[in-house]
Amino acid sequence: MNKKVKVLVYGYGNPGRQDDALGIEMAERIKEWAEKNHFDNIETDTNYQLNVEDAEKVSKKDVVVFVDATQEDIHEFKFSRLQPSSEKVEFSMHSVSPDYVLHVCKELFNKTPKSCQMAIKGYRWDFKEGLSDNAKLNLEQAFQYLTRRLEQYIDTQVHYPISMLSK
Amino acid sequence: MSKKITIEPVTRVEGHGKVTIYMDDQNNVRESRLHIVEFRGFERFVQGRPYWEMPVLVQRLCGICPVSHHLAAAKALDVIVGAGAGDGLTAVGEKMRRLMHYGQFFQSHVLHFFHLSSPDFLFGFDGDPLKRNIIGVAMENRELAVQGVMMRKFGQEVIRLTAGKKVHGTGAVPGGINKNLTIEERDELLKGPDPMNADKMVEWSVAALDFFKGYHKANRKMVDEFAAFPSNHLSMVRKDGAFDIYHGVLRAVDAEGKIILNDVDYQDYENYIEEEVRDWSYMKFPYLKEYGKEQGWYRVGPLARLNVCDFMPTPLAQKEFEEYKAYTNGKPNNMSLHYHWARLIEVLHCAEVIRDLLNDPDLQNEDLVVKGEKRHRGVGVLEAPRGTLFHHYEINDDDLVTLANLIVSTTNNNEPMNRAVNHTANAMLNGHTEITEGMMNAVEVAIRAYDPCLSCATHALGQMPLEITMINNENRIVDHKTK
Repeated sequence: MNKKVKVLVYGYGNPGRQDDALGIEMAERIKEWAEKNHFDNIETDTNYQLNVEDAEKVSKKDVVVFVDATQEDIHEFKFSRLQPSSEKVEFSMHSVSPDYVLHVCKELFNKTPKSCQMAIKGYRWDFKEGLSDNAKLNLEQAFQYLTRRLEQYIDTQVHYPISMLSK
Repeated sequence: MSKKITIEPVTRVEGHGKVTIYMDDQNNVRESRLHIVEFRGFERFVQGRPYWEMPVLVQRLCGICPVSHHLAAAKALDVIVGAGAGDGLTAVGEKMRRLMHYGQFFQSHVLHFFHLSSPDFLFGFDGDPLKRNIIGVAMENRELAVQGVMMRKFGQEVIRLTAGKKVHGTGAVPGGINKNLTIEERDELLKGPDPMNADKMVEWSVAALDFFKGYHKANRKMVDEFAAFPSNHLSMVRKDGAFDIYHGVLRAVDAEGKIILNDVDYQDYENYIEEEVRDWSYMKFPYLKEYGKEQGWYRVGPLARLNVCDFMPTPLAQKEFEEYKAYTNGKPNNMSLHYHWARLIEVLHCAEVIRDLLNDPDLQNEDLVVKGEKRHRGVGVLEAPRGTLFHHYEINDDDLVTLANLIVSTTNNNEPMNRAVNHTANAMLNGHTEITEGMMNAVEVAIRAYDPCLSCATHALGQMPLEITMINNENRIVDHKTK
């Protein structure tokens, strides 16, 4: 692995709302995996939601993967490239979108790390802790995919464009 | 023909709300209401759960101010485990909680001012909506925008290091805390490389106040007159009358400054505060029992806190407080947009307190928890960023929660927010047949001054587009706008 590439895997959601914890669970599994494999260039972070100040953290990375749960009608998970965007300005600001974080990062810190979003399908959102069985299966598949892609990408990132990360 | 105008959601407030303005056939405002659209019933949800789960469980209320709920619940449970009502903890226990709380206050107020409100000041209420956000601020004043981001980050770091983690922190437990602050953690906040240290936060807090005061000087009439109306004010104060957001007694003053609730013990809050239910809103309307529904409603939050307290117990904030009080000749300040001025004085105070606490060696003590004789009822009250927050729990012999009552800050401000909307609607909408962007935003600015957390007040989830619907007295839609 090219350990000069600084990677951030940022999982967000509310672990008190069942499958909303998928992003955080993924970040914790990636942290464990990175430590086990001595990938000390891979950092993880978690929070209830993305905030504007995350732009500063993101500005110090080469590659960022935002991981969140989704209710969308997709299969196990979706992996897509992100670009800074001001098209959807989040006025409420307590919770901002990944592309808005990138936009703030670009405007305030003059940096645009290569970024992707991983959305993992969830099913249950009650006031409970713990993932549903189907969400656990989706998390496992998403984890296998993400670790494989991170290894491939980090090894060869000089030659591979970020689009290679797209599912 | 009368019309009903609905604005939803209110943008740039925490959570989601809807404003309905009823117009008469002369196009004058007949009535206005700030609606809450969903109810989550959290108080029912926690019944039957073990009491010690509460400080972590209540953080599920929302992701905006989990620390306030975490600490209010812990304070209530201090009483239940026999550790006293807010003043019985060990030195490290109380000071770690205070550090966490002041860190939360700091970052929350910074978010509100820099990201939610400063765009209004820079671009005006009728400015381009696409500019009225932090990127717009950056285009106009890059330094200000970067400061806002870094101050938020500093406050979040204080929370992380005191609560243990950013999500579902466990720093406070019944009777104390579960970790102290190591020397390394202390130095991270005290001596971090610029700008991430306590001294820089104090410096930038002064600069933010100067920014607001400059704006005020240039726009005095608007800032002073916008949604200004008299009210009572409620807050917690230290027993000697000092500003204190973690522990103290409840005090209220009327619009002229007369004390109408005189430093009472919050364990007895039910003797003094009543909540009214209205059929058109899920959010209750609290009021002082003694003065009734019509006369007993009050404001909470920064404006109220500075109206109620006698002094600020840090030097720079005290200096600003004196200037602030002199502006109204020592009388209570009833100007809604002065919430921002008061909020920034609180930001400065928090920065000073954080710096002082970090220099306090008690934070490295190891006597983390105290316990005493168990009780079945406990009330925890503190000043959350948005205002006074009440947590009340009762348990049975099996240690399970049998009753929970929460009066959150935004609920305390329900009546004044409705009045602010009404005041603004009358000023901006009377005689008009069309709703402009500037008019809509003025209504929102009035609400935003109170920094409401509607998701917290009603425990709502979900997002909606902004919609404006005009409905006539025959219940027919005559106009509809979205953004």
